[in-house]
Amino acid sequence: MSQFLINVLFVGASFAIYIGIAIWAKAGSTKDFYVAGGGVHPVTNGMAIGADWMSAASFISMAGLIAAGGYANSTFLMGWTGGYVLLAMLLAPYLRKFGKFTVPEFIGDRFYSRTARMVAVICLIVASVTYVIGQMAGAGVAFSRFLEVDATTGLIIAAVVVFFYSVLGGMKGITYTQVAQYIVLIIAYTIPAVFISLELTGNPLPALGLFSDHNASGEPLLSKLNEVVTALGFNAYTAMVDNKLNMVLFTLSLMIGTAGLPHVIMRFFTVPKVADARWSAGWALVFIGLLYLTAPAVASMARLNLMTTIYPDMAGQVENYEDATTNPIAYESRPDWIRTWEETGLITFEDKNNDGNIQFYNNAADFSERGWEGNELEVNNDILVLANPEIANLPGWVIGLIAAGGLAAALSTAAGLLLAISSAISHDLIKGAINPNISEKSELMAARISMSVAIVVATYLGANPPGFAAQVVALAFGIAAASLFPVLMMGIFSKRVNNKGAIAGMLSGLIFTLVYIFIYKGWFFIPGTNNLPDTPENWVLGISPLSIGAVGAIINFAVAYLVSNATEQPPQEIQDLVESVRYPKGAGGAIDH
Amino acid sequence: MAEDKSNAEAYWKANLRLITGCMIVWALVSYGFAILLRPLLSGIPVGGTDLGFWFAQQGSILTFIGLIFFYAWKMNRLDKKFGLGE
Repeated sequence: MSQFLINVLFVGASFAIYIGIAIWAKAGSTKDFYVAGGGVHPVTNGMAIGADWMSAASFISMAGLIAAGGYANSTFLMGWTGGYVLLAMLLAPYLRKFGKFTVPEFIGDRFYSRTARMVAVICLIVASVTYVIGQMAGAGVAFSRFLEVDATTGLIIAAVVVFFYSVLGGMKGITYTQVAQYIVLIIAYTIPAVFISLELTGNPLPALGLFSDHNASGEPLLSKLNEVVTALGFNAYTAMVDNKLNMVLFTLSLMIGTAGLPHVIMRFFTVPKVADARWSAGWALVFIGLLYLTAPAVASMARLNLMTTIYPDMAGQVENYEDATTNPIAYESRPDWIRTWEETGLITFEDKNNDGNIQFYNNAADFSERGWEGNELEVNNDILVLANPEIANLPGWVIGLIAAGGLAAALSTAAGLLLAISSAISHDLIKGAINPNISEKSELMAARISMSVAIVVATYLGANPPGFAAQVVALAFGIAAASLFPVLMMGIFSKRVNNKGAIAGMLSGLIFTLVYIFIYKGWFFIPGTNNLPDTPENWVLGISPLSIGAVGAIINFAVAYLVSNATEQPPQEIQDLVESVRYPKGAGGAIDH
Repeated sequence: MAEDKSNAEAYWKANLRLITGCMIVWALVSYGFAILLRPLLSGIPVGGTDLGFWFAQQGSILTFIGLIFFYAWKMNRLDKKFGLGE
């Protein structure tokens, strides 16, 4: 059977499962549509959160980022998991007790302000739309590489499938498809990693293989990798980072951003009890951890495999690394997987010194005395996970599995984001502001229509990604960290913060963060409009625009506190509301409006 | 009524204490051991590198999982003890 047919079979079978679930889990009420009826088991919810959270970025890009950056990019591992500790202790149980449908709804009620609710709606929509573009674009890449259809056709197929289960089933359909998608993606991620770990270290658990000895050289895997990459002028893989302040702030921005992203928070509204919200945060991190503990192993093993593919002399025990690096493979004898990926443009080769061999090294290092005239091979970080089975010579069905897994990761996150967007429109905008007397039936219809519109817009943007698509993910985390997380937390932990404080805090955190990003990345990401070059020398105190969300959050907290203390106390009924979200008693009934 | 109120206050204080403790551990393993204190731990070897690297790539995640389950378990006991559970 051809590889193409195998891929079609795997992807087709997974899509058939999602559609089957959609038909089974049709939403009959707004409660079904927004919170899956409120009766999801915490372990089920944990698994759904795992798929909801782990996007194309986690599945496809993260291991590549870690492979390229080594220790310095551990920030993604800690940042994208540490946020669950914040969710479990600072937000999820109390928001579940509050027992409504959306994040802006809590902000609007707690700060007794329609303005606050609308600011939250705007933040939610901007953060979620930017995020969803990346998912659709990721699905497009997976389609074009594995199913030999062009990215736009692939996207339309994906959009039809998402449309089917999310418009029909709402949160209910999405929850159970996400469970199926989690299973597909974790199997797809783990199987190639196990094979590669066995081959390199003899340890079947990749997470342990990372800290084991490398078979071919007998040295610890990570010391071997350090020797190999430093011989080619790269930074040592495990090297310390000089700019510790930026590393701390970047990790903190990712953690706070994770905790403030509405599509994740919403998943906690689907469990029956407050205690279940706490447990499902724990289960979510277990299921996320399965992938996140494997990812750093995939990263270092794939980096080593890539290096020793180009420089076979470095594969085993090496007496002299200087000599071992002089013998790269000839371009003509490159392995098949390099050929396949060259077609996508994600690997490029340019024979700068015309010797027919592939010199692959850190372009900043000087190897001119050897007749090397620059690095000749460019490898896009994103292909590492997708190409992993081919690099390790695994059978065709593993490649088919990776294709289905990448799509599962992208589509499950896209569906969660689309639900967050559509419920903000139908519940917060239409029912909350425009037409409060809308009937349940019409609201459900409005939710379905806004979901459909959101899918069309996301598909269009995914097929024609704005040039800044890669940058905007930082924007999504920046907005969630600087605007939503602080007011949600203060709304629970302070009775003193009032409407004026919350609005001033949200706006100042948001504007500060946006301005700092735009100064370096260009105003509204229009190329050439940046005021300062985006390089570490120009950053204030060495803080990168990607790390600024944490500072924005601190500003939000400070402004909200100061403004609230200078103005009147919130009314008594609001203080009673804060009291009531703090105690689990009586959550079961609260969900019925 | 007054008794209810002081009971609820005691529950909330206990919750805040628990959160503070968990947050200290949360910050210590990630911002501490994995980043700022890594040079201090560099003498402890783990599989070809040092303990700080392990915390950055695996140890902090494992600690986070442990922390959430510990918190959920403790809170369940507090809910019962103060009679404020569901």
